[in-house]
Amino acid sequence: MAHAQAAAGHGAPVHATSTGTDNRKLLMWLFLGSECLFFASLIASHLVYRSRQLVPPFPFESEIPIDVYNGLSETVKHMCEDLGNGFADCHGILDIPVTSTSTFVLLFSSLAMVLAVYGAQNGRPMMMKGWLLATIIAGVVFLGFQVYEFRLFAMEGLGLSTNQFGASFFVLTGFHGTHVGVGVLYLMSMLAASFRRNGLGPETGFHIEIAGLYWHFVDIVWIIIFTVVYLIPV
Amino acid sequence: MATTAGTLPQYATNTGLWSWITTVDHKRIGTLYLFTGFIWLLVGGLEAILVRTQLAVPNSTVIDADLYNQLFTMHALTMIFLAIMPMTAAFSNWLIPLMIGARDVAFPRMNALSYWLYFFGGIFLSSGFLFGEAASSGWFAYAPLTTNQYAPGRGMDFYTLGLLILGVSSMVAALNFAVTIINMRAPGMTMMRLPVFIWMTLVISFLLFLALPPLTVALIQLMFDRHFTTHFFIVDGGGDPIMWQHLFWVFGHPEVYILILPAMGIISEVLPTFSRKPLFGYAAMVFAAVAIAFLSWAVWSHHMFTTGLAPVPRAIFSANTMLIGVPTGVKIFNWLGTLYGGSIRFTTAMLFAVSFIPLFTIGGISGVMHSSPPIDSQHQDTYMVVAHIHYVLVTGALIGVFSGLFYWFPKMFGRMLDEGLGKWQFWLFFIGVNLAFFPMHFLGLAGMPRRIYTYDAGLGWDFWNMVSTIGAYVIGVSVLVFIWNFFKTMSKPMDQPNNPWGAPTLEWATSSPPPEHDFDVVPVVRARDPLWYDRDHGLEQPQPTGHEHIHIPPPSYYPIVMSFGVLLMAVGVTTSLAVTALGIPIVIYSVWGWALEPTS
Repeated sequence: MAHAQAAAGHGAPVHATSTGTDNRKLLMWLFLGSECLFFASLIASHLVYRSRQLVPPFPFESEIPIDVYNGLSETVKHMCEDLGNGFADCHGILDIPVTSTSTFVLLFSSLAMVLAVYGAQNGRPMMMKGWLLATIIAGVVFLGFQVYEFRLFAMEGLGLSTNQFGASFFVLTGFHGTHVGVGVLYLMSMLAASFRRNGLGPETGFHIEIAGLYWHFVDIVWIIIFTVVYLIPV
Repeated sequence: MATTAGTLPQYATNTGLWSWITTVDHKRIGTLYLFTGFIWLLVGGLEAILVRTQLAVPNSTVIDADLYNQLFTMHALTMIFLAIMPMTAAFSNWLIPLMIGARDVAFPRMNALSYWLYFFGGIFLSSGFLFGEAASSGWFAYAPLTTNQYAPGRGMDFYTLGLLILGVSSMVAALNFAVTIINMRAPGMTMMRLPVFIWMTLVISFLLFLALPPLTVALIQLMFDRHFTTHFFIVDGGGDPIMWQHLFWVFGHPEVYILILPAMGIISEVLPTFSRKPLFGYAAMVFAAVAIAFLSWAVWSHHMFTTGLAPVPRAIFSANTMLIGVPTGVKIFNWLGTLYGGSIRFTTAMLFAVSFIPLFTIGGISGVMHSSPPIDSQHQDTYMVVAHIHYVLVTGALIGVFSGLFYWFPKMFGRMLDEGLGKWQFWLFFIGVNLAFFPMHFLGLAGMPRRIYTYDAGLGWDFWNMVSTIGAYVIGVSVLVFIWNFFKTMSKPMDQPNNPWGAPTLEWATSSPPPEHDFDVVPVVRARDPLWYDRDHGLEQPQPTGHEHIHIPPPSYYPIVMSFGVLLMAVGVTTSLAVTALGIPIVIYSVWGWALEPTS
């Protein structure tokens, strides 16, 4: 109680908080907690739906009865091959090497973000700007990979209405991509603002650190999505 | 005293429409929440009166089946999302800074944003009535009633997008409240000295920002089903209607506690004040609420006992549901312990608070009955369930709101609501709710299904339906008495002292109504129930020592602009995507304007 009363002095700084953590940082942490439940719901939906495909394209290689094969529309029939034993073999649509590459790019962006925060907190504005730019470029490259992947899947015949894998895959990875896109806009705003006469002001390190929290969260979620969607077979 | 900063000038006098539109003052936002919520309470009440009028006699044709479906759906949505949650948010807005000894919430502009999102979201959700196609699939909107095949028209679009907007509003408010309570307490206000109402607000804030995302995902999937050809909940394409129920109730059950815990917090403030003794078992009260919140995550499937769950999950969810009765019982006995031996004053606020205890217990006990799967499969979709939810939400949540209104009215408006009219209102309300809702137990056990728009004579339901309808009208009259009381009181001069009730908590240490900066000097908290401690130990709150610079956040129009952009994005889905495209740059513009707006 004694120290609490000492803090009541009139000269207490504006930003003094009960826990010592800045309000804005606490807000970001609580928001990210909420985001965990958001992605958890999307991933759970994907887990429920991804093994309930009636028609290809399937995420992983699978066999289907020949009468199902014969009833397929031409847009997806090319994915499968009649084995002649009453079954048809359909190849999986996921291209793991390509997505591993984009995953690596996104993981690299987290390293770049760490270095940008280091630069911002240690009074090295050029280091901060350079690594912010690198983070942004890596984020955009990741989004480019995602556009490429979506286009490829669409050309192979996978749409939102094709099967439950398509619906839950596009909604899950689409919302993750949207988060990366918002992060890119966020970091670009920070980078642009840092070129103003006063830069980001006396709290530069703090602002970049908060942006970094968001960026790292989006990356961590991708690690889980990549593992669950691409690496663990149905 | 106040600084001139920000995009807008700080007004010398805070009057006029513009000052309300741009306000970031937590008290004004609380008042806005209160009035908007009360207007929606009247709308929802009118919907209920129409429903009860239709059901008063067998084979009634007052309204047709389609309108009936819209009315019962919108009644639930209006009462839950537009009336009770916002009215409890009004108390949270008003009281969090005052009770913890802060000058405002942590993020004043976000506070305004959550109000304006609620304002526009409420209008959007209900606007379906203007086109004769409000949502009509029930408030939990089970698939496949919500698919394009069974719900053509735009009713379900008003539902999905309206709830998405309201969800963002609640998220913003919950994050703001949580940060404020954790981080902005006055010196000496440790967590275990927080008023119980503030604890309840903190608990429901965590419930809100963790429970809303599953609902958001469910609504997004429903929107994709309706507009973008997916089959998440459509069986023909491999979808699973039960998945909607899981996602909805993962949100929906914590939501029940989001509605009731603030009311429990309110009566935990009212009972000690009018018993003139501290709350019995403060720590048990707090831990019970945290236990309820924790368990509320593990009971959602008790809404789904008849969907063919396996025996083991049924047993687990049943046991968890019964377990939640334990912390709830702890709370009930602690309130009784508070009353026991107290020097009780039966003011109107106290009457509402005391009646909460037995009436809520009735709802709680029928809840424990439903937690048993074999009994639940008999009660499922009957009026028994309707009776349960109304005993919990009307004689629980709403009675708490009325208790709080009578209790804090002097603090908010500087005037005392008329006690004579208040007692008339209380007794009309008490008789009305029991007439309206107790017979629903009998109707449910007699097999009357919920959501039927009429019924044949001779099924044994005629008498109790008539009684229930009379009860609904009596509740309506009691609310009219309250409105009369409000206008009568507001015509009187502001004459209330700081602490007319002799209450123990910090909000009564400042003037009634409080100045814009809440406290002239940041108060010091030396114990739980700080004002009683000071009184009993002959201590004083610190007085102003001369000129002190008090920072007041400047008003801002970005919250309403951003909310309007969000509204356009939703309107576009029901009209033309060009409108959505117009909304997006408005939102982005206001984010940037907001970030660059000077606040000090």
